[in-house]
Amino acid sequence: MCTYSTEKIDVAASSGKGPDGWFPLRTATVYYDHPVHAPDAHTVNIDFLNPERGPGARVAVELSLDSARALMAALQVTVERAEHH
Amino acid sequence: MLSQQGELAALIAPRRDVRRVLSIASDGRVVGREGMKGEGLRFRRDPTTKGEKSVRYDAVLAETVGIQGAGNDEIEAYAARPMDGGSRGGVLVIHHMPGYDRETKEIVRRFAVWGYNAICPNLYSREAPGAEPDDAAATARANGGVPDERFVGDAGGAVRWLRALPTSNGKVGTIGFCSGGRQAFLTALELDIQGAVDCYGAFVVGTPPEGFPLQVQPLADRVAELRAPVLGLFGNEDSHPSPDQVDELEKLLQTHGKDYEFHRYDDAGHAFFSVDRPSYRVAAALDGWQHVQAFFGTQLSGKA
Repeated sequence: MCTYSTEKIDVAASSGKGPDGWFPLRTATVYYDHPVHAPDAHTVNIDFLNPERGPGARVAVELSLDSARALMAALQVTVERAEHH
Repeated sequence: MLSQQGELAALIAPRRDVRRVLSIASDGRVVGREGMKGEGLRFRRDPTTKGEKSVRYDAVLAETVGIQGAGNDEIEAYAARPMDGGSRGGVLVIHHMPGYDRETKEIVRRFAVWGYNAICPNLYSREAPGAEPDDAAATARANGGVPDERFVGDAGGAVRWLRALPTSNGKVGTIGFCSGGRQAFLTALELDIQGAVDCYGAFVVGTPPEGFPLQVQPLADRVAELRAPVLGLFGNEDSHPSPDQVDELEKLLQTHGKDYEFHRYDDAGHAFFSVDRPSYRVAAALDGWQHVQAFFGTQLSGKA
């Protein structure tokens, strides 16, 4: 877990669904590091968090590089489309 | 099971030499020096002997304890220690960045089985008490990681806890993995210990990139302050630390005349000790554990 490579963003007017249901999101950390569960040495990991609600208020994904690229492209297309609505 | 708490306390009291206390009577019962009956204890009777015969007593007590860390905060820690009395060294285990998890606790128990008192403080006790290890690690990462000053306070509390055990011989070593490798090195700079094992710790040397959000600073300019021998175990396919950074650290240790021993493995990258991850490398891990055992065998034996 020691690439330490981490980006952190503020997240507003957004929600995530965790083990206890939906909750408002406050931050997200994006990092390339060893996953807890995904079957690879390194993955692109995203933690959507709400620190006010404790460590369990977390939506986590661990993506292979290919999946992360595909997600990035899908977000790009979707966000551009949304700007035309 | 033992029905009386007092009897159980007598069995686990670290001062007791339980090896001598427990024996098997001719009728197969487990009896103690004070006549205790350990009806639920699993002892095998040696069929080749007649009369009383003791078998090797290898019980280990593993449990969560509270220790006093930085700022006198009580923090959670996982401890394991042999129950056969005697005098022994202590090992401070420093968990990797994914946290105080099941695999790290297995490492703590490994050291107790090897005959050491061992403890691993939960470095995320404050920001994520009682949380799942992965949730706690995510919270700690979002907060910028563990500040060095707080870590040193927590490590100091764990070292004091080890030395306060009645079975302590006064000697304490440390071992850390990943981010804990750097923290093991930091422990050897800051605290009175007898040996440190750095397992692929990043940023002992090397500078974190600009805008880096985690609170880690390189320790290269402090190598002269090192207070204990260092065993370093590294994978040649790792990039944190890279082979060049390991070379740089080795040169610094030589320049300052420090006692060190490095082992570097081909076909191994970061986290080659992690048995449940694709990074696990059997050959490197087996050889590495042998070096750890030999290093602590030398550094933690006898009296302080």
